[in-house]
Amino acid sequence: MIPELGHVSLIIAFVLAIGLATVPMWGAWRRDIAAMNTAPSLAVGVTVFVAVAFVLLTISFLRDDFSVAVVAANSNSLLPPIFKFSAVWGNHEGSLLLWVLILSGWMTAVAYFSRGLPLVMVSRVLSVMGFVAVGFLAFSLLTSNPFERLLPNTPLDGNDLNPLLQDPGLIIHPPLLYMGYVGLSVPFAFAIAALMGGRLDASWARWSRPWTNVAWGFLSLGIMLGSWWAYYELGWGGWWFWDPVENASFMPWLMGAALVHSLAVTEKRGVFRSWTVLLAIFAFSLSLLGTFLVRSGVLTSVHAFAADPERGLFILIFLALVVGGSLLLYALKAPSVASRVSYGAVSRESLLMVNNLVFTVSTVVVLLGTLFPLIMDAFSLGKYSVGPPYFNAVFVPLMALLMPFMAVGPLSRWREDSTRRWLHELLVPGLGVLAVAILLGFFGKATFNIWIALAVLLAGWVALGVIKDAWRRLTSGVASGLQWRRLSPSFIGMSLAHLGFAGVVLGAVVVTQESEEHDLRMAVGDAEVLGAYRFELQSLGQQAGPNYLADQAVFEVSRDGESIAVLVPEKRRYFASGQIMTEAAIDASLWRDLYIALGEPIGENAWAVRLQYKPMVRWLWLGSLMIGFGALFTVLDRRYRSQAARSAAPQTGAAAVAS
Amino acid sequence: MQAKKFIPLLAFVVLAGLLFRGLSIDPTELPAARLGQPFPQFSQPELSTGSDISVDALADRPALVNVWATWCYSCRVEHPYLIALAQQGVPIYGLNYKDDAVKAREWLSQLGDPYRLNIVDVEGSVGLDLGVYGAPETYVLDADGVIVHRHVGVLNEEVFQRDFSPWFPLVAAGSAIKADRGIE
Repeated sequence: MIPELGHVSLIIAFVLAIGLATVPMWGAWRRDIAAMNTAPSLAVGVTVFVAVAFVLLTISFLRDDFSVAVVAANSNSLLPPIFKFSAVWGNHEGSLLLWVLILSGWMTAVAYFSRGLPLVMVSRVLSVMGFVAVGFLAFSLLTSNPFERLLPNTPLDGNDLNPLLQDPGLIIHPPLLYMGYVGLSVPFAFAIAALMGGRLDASWARWSRPWTNVAWGFLSLGIMLGSWWAYYELGWGGWWFWDPVENASFMPWLMGAALVHSLAVTEKRGVFRSWTVLLAIFAFSLSLLGTFLVRSGVLTSVHAFAADPERGLFILIFLALVVGGSLLLYALKAPSVASRVSYGAVSRESLLMVNNLVFTVSTVVVLLGTLFPLIMDAFSLGKYSVGPPYFNAVFVPLMALLMPFMAVGPLSRWREDSTRRWLHELLVPGLGVLAVAILLGFFGKATFNIWIALAVLLAGWVALGVIKDAWRRLTSGVASGLQWRRLSPSFIGMSLAHLGFAGVVLGAVVVTQESEEHDLRMAVGDAEVLGAYRFELQSLGQQAGPNYLADQAVFEVSRDGESIAVLVPEKRRYFASGQIMTEAAIDASLWRDLYIALGEPIGENAWAVRLQYKPMVRWLWLGSLMIGFGALFTVLDRRYRSQAARSAAPQTGAAAVAS
Repeated sequence: MQAKKFIPLLAFVVLAGLLFRGLSIDPTELPAARLGQPFPQFSQPELSTGSDISVDALADRPALVNVWATWCYSCRVEHPYLIALAQQGVPIYGLNYKDDAVKAREWLSQLGDPYRLNIVDVEGSVGLDLGVYGAPETYVLDADGVIVHRHVGVLNEEVFQRDFSPWFPLVAAGSAIKADRGIE
């Protein structure tokens, strides 16, 4: 009975979403107030019924109802309850339902927080989001019904959740990632609504900005968790693989990074208007493209869902409708007259344009690399995969190119600035950073490592820009004391994100350059020295878990004769699927990780073992956390809270003051 | 209206066309470069005798080369079907891939041995030359020793009848094999 109720609930949500996609849109066209006023309640209605469906599916999982096909395929009576819960979205059907749930959550949030906005705008925005919801609900109901039953041949027990997904990181990774993916539908909907209304002024940019920042912040956190999970769960010690599915989430992030900055220019100065609209369309289109790539099976990947061309075709048609339709609308309605507002070649506008160019080119580069196998295959040129060397070769220089501008950007002035002023601000401390970089390039090694020196230089330079900017705000224009109130939430958020970016770059370069790795056979009593650390295999044993049996190896790690950690890596065999999983053991700290993973058993008392020393690998994730939380923090800014009051006033575009 | 504003739309149309084409392609098919090539040269020990063998040992053709290992759960699933095929007279050569020889011999004595012989490939070097993704995989060698087909994943009756039967016309379809499997 419960699955059927869930199914009915999903159908009701679908019908309400059709209403949301049509009625307010018609109302906005005919200026029919009553029709436009239905938008918020329809949005809430969709949310409620999708939520009910989601809860009912969750109940089916928790009750081990193996008559439901997805439960039988992705759960097991022995699975710990917390993983039964996350198993709801550890599969194609359930994760699609989560997608729609989060989309409707965003719709409700827009309906709630945008009450002060013009009715025409709100109803169009919600209606566009409603259209997206129609597509995904239809996709769920027609090709991927999560409530499909296995009757009368109900299995006695389920196939179990893929052991790779039985991990705390995977409980929150998909929801965070989807918050970001799907959240980008909000600026998309605002852009479409603005295009429809033909009023692409600074106001839509200001309305979109907080939503974009929040969505992009969640996306950053989601990607960070995915990378961290891959690091400790896949057992290779890698943290980014340029896998198609990773790229699928990374492309909207890159485009979102451009959008976040471009929106700032459009809001403050009224320039880049068409460009910003285009970025908003691209960012969400790439989210949809990611969904297509992950769920259609056109590319092979470690975490793609089961391939199904029928599903692929459905998303492709939907993608064509949404993206093709938006780009057609853009072609017809985007302002063709150049903005009246001018700016100099040396100005904050130009610096943000560099940001936009670099991030857009990076997105194209990643897109080409991701689709390259498909392109070659489509023209029957053979099976190829470009692999990490391509991505590293083009992506790393692009990011390096970005960083010199990143320090100057926040310090620079709108409209017109001078390089002399920048030199005056940054020359002396910049030389200091250079000296430190050269010094650290020699650090710990006999030979000079140019890459580490460069990374320290660039990261230090970015950090310097942030510190200089903060200091200027605190001290300028007052005789004494510090003006703490001048550090607005948007400034703090931005600074945090920029510092985080510098941290990620530094961590990435150091861990790539200085990691050490030994693959060897170890028997009980064997010891191996890696850098300053000595790893001794003390004993082997077995340990039973709730739904698996694990081989364990106990290692003692010591430095200078002093024991610093006992690490217990495992090799688990899961009962239901028979799948073997490597559980790496990690001793983590800010400056280095020690990482042990078991390979295959060799003979009776020995194992193939992989030992790794990974300096500063934590900086990657700490930096990403700072980027994510920085972006989220900006919405606390007072400017956004008074959004409702401001929206009524006529827009002046260029008149806004510097933040 | 300006023409350049249609550029994003045009770019998307090209992309969508590409994606549509992509839907009809199976990315796990054998790389075209390997097809039509002779089986790569090797000099490796044989599993039961320990003496070195070369590609000349794969003499009875057409034949299957099955990539397997004791750490591979799906290989266990596929094993009974390989035994049934061997009993029907299909020559099967094993490539014991990145495995422990002691365990592999144990496995064969416990579960039965469908293989004419087994190439021991501890380092995975033969697998590398062959382009192996993982175990299990099964390759078809024609009468001249040329690789003519590759299957990734578990080999079963359905796959064999669909993709392998052109080279083994004498293998009776259906019933005999099902009876041997003793399931269903």
